[in-house]
Amino acid sequence: MSKRNVEIMVGLFVLLGMAGLVFLALKAANLASFGARDGYTVTARFDNIGGLKPRSPVRSAGVTVGRVKTIALDAKTFEGVVTMELDSGVRFPRDSSAKILTAGLLGDQYIGIEPGASEQDLAAGGQIRQTQSAVVLENLIGQLVTGKAAEAADQAGEKK
Amino acid sequence: MRAWADVLQSLGARTLGVLRGLGRAAFFTAELLAAVPASLRRFGLVVRQVHAVGNLSLVIILASGTAVGFVLALQMYYALVTYGATESLGLIVNLSLVRELGPVVTALLFAGRAGTSLTAEIGLMKAGEQLAAMEMMAVDPKSRILAPRFLAGIVSMPLLAILFSAVGILGAYVVAVLLIGVDAGNFWSIMQARVDVWRDVGNGIVKSFVFGVICTVVALYQGHETEATPEGVAYATTRTVVISSLGVLAMDFVLTALMFSTP
Repeated sequence: MSKRNVEIMVGLFVLLGMAGLVFLALKAANLASFGARDGYTVTARFDNIGGLKPRSPVRSAGVTVGRVKTIALDAKTFEGVVTMELDSGVRFPRDSSAKILTAGLLGDQYIGIEPGASEQDLAAGGQIRQTQSAVVLENLIGQLVTGKAAEAADQAGEKK
Repeated sequence: MRAWADVLQSLGARTLGVLRGLGRAAFFTAELLAAVPASLRRFGLVVRQVHAVGNLSLVIILASGTAVGFVLALQMYYALVTYGATESLGLIVNLSLVRELGPVVTALLFAGRAGTSLTAEIGLMKAGEQLAAMEMMAVDPKSRILAPRFLAGIVSMPLLAILFSAVGILGAYVVAVLLIGVDAGNFWSIMQARVDVWRDVGNGIVKSFVFGVICTVVALYQGHETEATPEGVAYATTRTVVISSLGVLAMDFVLTALMFSTP
């Protein structure tokens, strides 16, 4: 094969490799969902964030409207401070509430926002006041067990 | 007493042999790296070698990638359908290809397809005393013959591994979505949500680069150190496959432990 043909083939090979990389990065991984989208951040404070992670989705009515940006602990109040980035096209009322929910029984955790009724919208950098923490399975079981125990004690008391 | 001394002697000789081999390999690698800048000036040689090592390996890499994607999707489907989690199929196939199978299987195939031909080529050059003749003419065979092949190997391997993973994912898409009927939206979106470009794709490329270095250096070293006989070249070719494969598998464990040990 002539030198020119060899070089053309190698050029095609490298180009094919680059196309594969672009495919892996854009179609098969999360590069497309980075940055690009412009949004605004709001914070919310939770007693317990459960298994929430940075980049967990923020959903309203089941539709993803943003992502969790950072999670930090407030050293004074010992609350988890979650900063999330919401799409700029979506504005929530000021009295909206945020819950940490679980997708499916054992799925990933995400933040669900329930819109309030206020006339004013949540400002960029604002804080969602009403929050509900993640449900911790161990606490739930603990409550159930103590509840059952109390019930049993009541029944025992009645028998006497 | 005499027998003990013989045992000791053979043990010592063997140990020294292994150490000598390692030392020669280390010196060889150092000289090879030192010859790389000089070979960059003759870039045409590198391009020609990328064609020999990369382009000509393309068919087997693409065919294997597609086949691996097909069977991964089929097997994972049978496992996942029990738990009603078939949508995660794309994610599992993607992660296993990009993180492990892509780099490792590509490296094993590369050792078999390109490594052997490098060893045989260099070995025959040595057996025909072509390398010695070049030295006589004050042409450095390291920068003229070995370094371009080394560069071609480390350039081609990541590209081949990327293509292996890409066609594997497309193969899984064909089986899972087109044949079995997994929802296409879920197949792609769960994959996109959970595969990270830097952590998964990027580390996979780093792996394949390291494997490229291992496979090419082993192949060139075996060719360069071969005994100048037909049997010598045959043994050197076999050793190339065995040593590169074991090296790649061992290195893969180390790299996986370093890259993915934290969830």
